[in-house]
Amino acid sequence: MVLIPDLAVQGAQMLLVLVLAPLLTGFVRKIKARLQRRQGPPIVQPYRDLVRLMRKEVVLADNASWLFRIIPYLIFAATWVAASLVPTFGTGLLFSWAADLIAIIAFLGNARFFLALAGLDVGTSFGGIGSSREMMIASLAEPAMIMIVFTLALIAGSTQLSTMAEFMASPAVGLRVSLALGLFALIMVAIAENGRIPVDNPATHLELTMVHEAMVLEYSGRHLALIELTASLKLLLYVSIIACLFAPWGLAAAGAGWPALAVGVAAYVAKLAAGGFLLAVFETSIAKMRVFRVPEFLGAALMLGLLATLLRFVSGSF
Amino acid sequence: MTLTLVLACAAALLALAPAAVIVSRSPAATPLIYGASLIVTAISLAAALAHLLGAAAPFSVTLPVGLPWLGAHFRIDALAAFFLVVVDLGAFGASLFALGYGAHETAPGRVLPFYPAFLAGMTLVVLADDAFTFLLSWEFMSLSSWALVVSHHRVPDNVRAGYIYLLMASFGTLALLLAFGLLAGVDGLYGFAQMRVAHPSATFGALALILALIGAGSKAGLVPLHVWLPLAHPAAPSHVSALMSGVMTKVAVYGFVRIVFDLAGPPAWWWSILVLALAGVTTVMGVLYALMQHDLKRLLAYHTVENIGIIFIGLGLALAFEVYGMTFAAALAFTAALLHVFNHSLFKSLLFFGAGAVLNSTGERDMEHLGGLIHRMPRTAFVFLIGCAAISALPPLNGFVSEWLTFQAILLSPQLPSWGLKLLVPAVGALLALSAALAAACFVKAYGVTFLGRPRTPVAAVAAETDRFSLAAMFLLASLCLLVGILPGLFINALAPVSAMVLGGHMPAQTGAQWLALVPIAESRSSYDGLLVFVFMVLSGGLAAIAIHRLASDRLRRAPAWDCGYPDASPATQYTAMSFAQPIRRVFGSVVFAAREHGEMPPPGDVRPARLTVTIHDLIWDALYAPIAAGVGIAADRLNSLQFLTIRQFLTLVFCTLVILLLVLAIWS
Repeated sequence: MVLIPDLAVQGAQMLLVLVLAPLLTGFVRKIKARLQRRQGPPIVQPYRDLVRLMRKEVVLADNASWLFRIIPYLIFAATWVAASLVPTFGTGLLFSWAADLIAIIAFLGNARFFLALAGLDVGTSFGGIGSSREMMIASLAEPAMIMIVFTLALIAGSTQLSTMAEFMASPAVGLRVSLALGLFALIMVAIAENGRIPVDNPATHLELTMVHEAMVLEYSGRHLALIELTASLKLLLYVSIIACLFAPWGLAAAGAGWPALAVGVAAYVAKLAAGGFLLAVFETSIAKMRVFRVPEFLGAALMLGLLATLLRFVSGSF
Repeated sequence: MTLTLVLACAAALLALAPAAVIVSRSPAATPLIYGASLIVTAISLAAALAHLLGAAAPFSVTLPVGLPWLGAHFRIDALAAFFLVVVDLGAFGASLFALGYGAHETAPGRVLPFYPAFLAGMTLVVLADDAFTFLLSWEFMSLSSWALVVSHHRVPDNVRAGYIYLLMASFGTLALLLAFGLLAGVDGLYGFAQMRVAHPSATFGALALILALIGAGSKAGLVPLHVWLPLAHPAAPSHVSALMSGVMTKVAVYGFVRIVFDLAGPPAWWWSILVLALAGVTTVMGVLYALMQHDLKRLLAYHTVENIGIIFIGLGLALAFEVYGMTFAAALAFTAALLHVFNHSLFKSLLFFGAGAVLNSTGERDMEHLGGLIHRMPRTAFVFLIGCAAISALPPLNGFVSEWLTFQAILLSPQLPSWGLKLLVPAVGALLALSAALAAACFVKAYGVTFLGRPRTPVAAVAAETDRFSLAAMFLLASLCLLVGILPGLFINALAPVSAMVLGGHMPAQTGAQWLALVPIAESRSSYDGLLVFVFMVLSGGLAAIAIHRLASDRLRRAPAWDCGYPDASPATQYTAMSFAQPIRRVFGSVVFAAREHGEMPPPGDVRPARLTVTIHDLIWDALYAPIAAGVGIAADRLNSLQFLTIRQFLTLVFCTLVILLLVLAIWS
């Protein structure tokens, strides 16, 4: 039976993203701390935080509804499913055809929709401000992302991430203007979607410009742990998408043997480390912008994406 | 056989109207009329479904009513059968909902007679097979729905809404009348069968397209002809709002498809440009308007405008592909549009039912006076959430499937040879993506402000769950939303005869792929499996819940809200609908609505409150409709003096008019 090893590889991918996600977050924090000449917490600190939060009791606001309690599980499920369908160490996973890149974007949209509802559920002003701003940011980031998907899909002739990654790894790609524009736009969107500097600061509380942290302010205990894990997963997901599309080296082909898979995993970890390092350097070297500058930032990403798509429509050679 | 049955159902609905007038004083009238409508639409729905799924041959019948030398032609083909399913399913849901909702009606005598008449009108439009019958049914549908819009005529807003609706409906019917006139050709043959074989000249075809866009587009709500829609749809009782938004706009789409795809002959290349440009603008404008609203039903009505835009994007793409002979791509775009027609009729009806349940329970449509209803109306809140998620195109629900198919159709369009389309289609794709993201923001706002948070008024604090019939109707539609989302292949297969009839080709059968996946073109290109996605999400969410509750803590303590240490007891400190939309209003509204914020901060020591004034302009109304209204007013003032002439002067006037008319006729021939 071919199904059993395929299933094992798919399961391994699901576990791998789950295990690596907090590590990536810890790694980025560590690098940032070192760049700021601080010692910083150990890389495994996010795991400890998660364990600590899981053990604590949940303090639920009096007014919180049933929806508030199931939303952490919902957004975790949506993000995890999305992350398990992205090629990380190998293409042609068992279920990779179940959703293409547009659907993966929509899963993340799913998670955002429900998290924004959670921000409104208790009826506090902080939750509202977070939800409202998150949806404003998303209203520009999501179309920008779709435009990037269009560009890449038109180059690769598919919206299927596995096929796209295989195409990108093949020599047929070449250097293209639209690819460069798409990469720039994708990085901008990834920064905004993950609430990183300069759009949002993941390390702040009680600052009037915060977005993500304001939405989850009322969460505690295991709920908060899941939300933190989801945020880490989302970061890992975006780094993985960028890696599999723009650095598709070392990806194991479908049905490859153990050695190829091992190479794939090693390459993936190296790519994550490189991505995390670059993110930390970028975040350290730039200041956070005012919330109403964010639309300009994302508008630029949207325009880059649209330009890249237009180039693809006008001529196949760009 | 099917046609006879369906026509009999329409006749039964027509007969219910006078019956309702007779019994309307009796307390049993409401369950009687809605119950009868429910049964009749169920029979009609079954017949239409049998015709569509059985891929039966077209069947026509001529009844000796209407014009004596013409008769009334009726025909059921795949296209008509599909739209009949949409109409009957919507009507079935609305009748079920109204069994409970209608009991609260203060003036049932003003609603009951027109309700079955409205249903009959919509059914007959879809079945009509000659221009006369079509226009008569169309006007009948418009007038009966107008009567329902002004059923609460003591409310000043409703009267204005009814007035504008009547004007726009007459204008639209006039455009359709002229379109049919052009298509009928010199012989004046008004049967659809004759029109189909008599290909009009290029000019006439183009004029017919423009007139169909105006006539059917104004009924469907294409920008800039949408102005009546957000006024009229919310003014009607909620089950009628659901029918108008969810179903009547689809009948308008049917009118457009019938004229442009079926009757107007082969399309020219620029037709699709016109349709796509209008559709793209409609999509984004509709959702931006919706975001600015704080009246729940008006928000939903504006959102219909957005969805009509999405449907017309699919139709425009289908036209473009058809011109260049890309039948397969045309079938994909057309199927996407039809699936969105079906999907929108499901979730828009569901959402209007939810708004109706809230209205019944609290007496409020204004979201700023609601809040926290999830605690007091948990079942309504649950189904309304499903509707919100479906309309925001979230997987694994149905809205996502049709938008995904539209995106796939857009991705096929670089193969189009026309430069205009090459530049326009990516822009339309961006507008579609933008509107999808804004729709999510819009429904986070609608749901969050209405159902979540703390109650903002005492009525919201004491709301009670709605009745069983209303809940049954909402749960029915919500489960259909999920069903289409996880098994889209079944529904796409059912649409194959429609697309085969209209375009001569259809999407590949969606049954061969593993796990019932949706594969529009080829598996290496794109595929989506709603069922698997749903199962994955349930499994991983459930797994996480079980693991955490087993391995980690499952303790829970209720405490006051934290709010960073500054909780405020007043529910007025929550985010409102206006404040939720403020960032988006700043980003888009300053251009689109000329929105301005003016803050007035009194100096220190002054005890007056600080004030923030927001002004929003409807630029389309200001630029297009206000000048027309002003012009009509001025012309009426001028003509007013004609009212006071002597009989001699009147006769001179009549004589002069006659001479001019005869002269015109003489010169014409």
